[in-house]
Amino acid sequence: MLSRDEKERIEAEAGRYPSRRAALSEALMIAQEARGWLGDEALADAARELGISSASAESVATFYELVYRLPVGEHVIQICDSVSCWIRDGESILDHLRERLGVELGGTTADGLFTLVPAGCLGLCEAAPAAMIDGEAYGGLTTEKLDAILDGIRGRKRGDAAQR
Amino acid sequence: MAYKNFILVCAGTGCESSKAIEIYDSLIREAEAQGVKNDVQVVKTGCFGFCEKGPIVKVMPSESFYVEVKPEDAKEIIAEQVVKGREVKRLLYKKDEKTADTVKIEDIEFYQKQFRVVLRNCGVINPENIDEYIARDGYSGLERALFKMKPADVVSELKASGLRGRGGAGFPTWLKWDLTIKAPGEVKYVVCNADEGDPGAYMNRSTIEGDPHSLIEAMTICGYTIGASTGYIYIRAEYPLAIERLKIAIKQAKEYGLLGPKILGSDFSFDLDIRLGAGAFVCGEETALLQSLEGKRGMPMPKPPFPAVQGLWKKPTVINNVETFVNVAVIMTKGADWYSKIGTEKSKGTKTFALTGKIANSGLVEVPMGTKLRDIIFDIGGGIKGGRKFKGVQTGGPSGGIITAESLDEPITYESLTALGSMMGSGGMIIMDEDDCVVDIAKFYMAFCVDESCGKCAPCRIGTSQMHDLLEKITTGNGTEDDLLKLEKIGKAMTKASLCMLGGSAANPTLSTIKHFREEYLEHIRDHKCRSGKCKDLVVYSIDPVKCIGCGLCARKCPVPCIAGEKKQAHVIDRSRCVKCGECFKACKFGAVVKN
Repeated sequence: MLSRDEKERIEAEAGRYPSRRAALSEALMIAQEARGWLGDEALADAARELGISSASAESVATFYELVYRLPVGEHVIQICDSVSCWIRDGESILDHLRERLGVELGGTTADGLFTLVPAGCLGLCEAAPAAMIDGEAYGGLTTEKLDAILDGIRGRKRGDAAQR
Repeated sequence: MAYKNFILVCAGTGCESSKAIEIYDSLIREAEAQGVKNDVQVVKTGCFGFCEKGPIVKVMPSESFYVEVKPEDAKEIIAEQVVKGREVKRLLYKKDEKTADTVKIEDIEFYQKQFRVVLRNCGVINPENIDEYIARDGYSGLERALFKMKPADVVSELKASGLRGRGGAGFPTWLKWDLTIKAPGEVKYVVCNADEGDPGAYMNRSTIEGDPHSLIEAMTICGYTIGASTGYIYIRAEYPLAIERLKIAIKQAKEYGLLGPKILGSDFSFDLDIRLGAGAFVCGEETALLQSLEGKRGMPMPKPPFPAVQGLWKKPTVINNVETFVNVAVIMTKGADWYSKIGTEKSKGTKTFALTGKIANSGLVEVPMGTKLRDIIFDIGGGIKGGRKFKGVQTGGPSGGIITAESLDEPITYESLTALGSMMGSGGMIIMDEDDCVVDIAKFYMAFCVDESCGKCAPCRIGTSQMHDLLEKITTGNGTEDDLLKLEKIGKAMTKASLCMLGGSAANPTLSTIKHFREEYLEHIRDHKCRSGKCKDLVVYSIDPVKCIGCGLCARKCPVPCIAGEKKQAHVIDRSRCVKCGECFKACKFGAVVKN
């Protein structure tokens, strides 16, 4: 079930466009926000708010990388796997993450804290290699820096990104 | 109360990710602690471009240019510069670390050959303050359009300026707008493509972060010109700072009557809305972007009909990218006469580029069209990092091709880059040195296209996968010369038959590297050799018995383990069991482990 607040937010999004369907990706993101991922029920609920079928919403949900149709951990690490990071030794950062977290790309740590996903290009090339954790940018990564960042994040709650 | 000093702190995402905000906070705290808060104003600005040396702090009016600043430096900057009125020498940019001679901003080579039109306000104004934009002639282009020009006059002005689309293809901007004006229909839309997804490109992000009002002004001018009352900015969700700055800017513009009903008291009303992308590279293609905006899968549509005739919700739509719009704001402010003097005959104005990869000064640059690649890479970019040899530069991201040393003196224009087998693209430039393997890089780009292909048309869906498999064969030492021919054949077919430019250009990195580095491909195929050592499967590790002192470090690091030897005796690698991880190579302090 979507909360009242979620329904209201979806309704507000739908009001922005001449067609309700246009608000679908926003509606899916709203439904995903509190849950961390988008389960079948949340997807169907969001679709219903906009008056479209679950199947049709599913076709959109599976198209976009930022809609997670499988459960994710407390914190999502988007590691940039674009050529500009790769050419600056981004692979060693990825290897380090794999090793430290004990997961492959797409995997979630056993304690449910971290999910590791690749990102096409985060556009942080001036600070390559780079990653985004819970929507916050981290650049100029080294294995030491990454360790310090992960240690700092442990204990932080979902959506509780550092204040800008 | 007038301030004696202004401290500009770069707050672009790049510098922010290395603590620029902490620096900003520390400066304010220190100014207060040292009792000089009324003498100095600390301002967060957009990107200075010189990202390699970030975080950057600039102090005015002395024009002190501080690089690689840390939060702990705030105390000294305030104490020296504001309290005592002298520069902090150790933080100033130095041309040469050895001589420690400092240079003024105007003498920094990175800036000398640049000409900032699109980025004119980045690093100069506070992007979160509309007054600073207005103080630099901001919104005067909109005023001019609304009160002194008819829509047709705006089109003529754009035509005279010679502006062409900066998203890659270079379609004349005036023509796009004119077609939309002439398309029948009451309702029309303005859309900005800020879905910058090209690997290695971040010009649009930095432009919005540093100067969001330029985009708002230009989109409003477009709305007036084509008769639209609504505009959408489709921007990647991965750009949170740019989104935040846009939101602030839109709110301020509305408060000032520069957006919303009856703009500046005229009869023209226009509203802007921000729409976030949800992570799909293909949405950078205009028809896919419009599909996505409508709440559908972001898959490209066949053209015609072009968006100018049938775009968003089948209404005539102008869709331009961020840089194109920002150029419009400048043209309308400074005039087409001024603008058309910049650049070459067919490619007018400037172009922003993001320099990344193996370049000494990575960063954001803007140069007049017609500038030579050599000037960008060697004079502005400072050449290759670590003094290695230049191998090539990839322009146009995964849609472009590699340009080699022989073509460095080619002036950059839409036509010249296409003739070189690459393209202007959005402006990412990835510089490669002798340590990079072109086959490996072509494979990397192709893997990206396999991931990002939407799957709608067969040439792209199947072609990218097939080409990737062939490249994989070659990089693992299983390729044949026939595979090389197959790559060229599939690549050409894909280029011709794909529905959109993602598939239509996906073969470019492969085809251009085959053209320029056929020898290297053949080495992989015939000799099972990768000269740069990047293709792991082709690398062979061995230990030089003369250099090896038998310390055993490599054997301890080996995960297999497959290195044996007595203490103080030369060690040996058992190649049949070696997994080629390279740990021994990295561990050896005597250069005894050899990579071939």
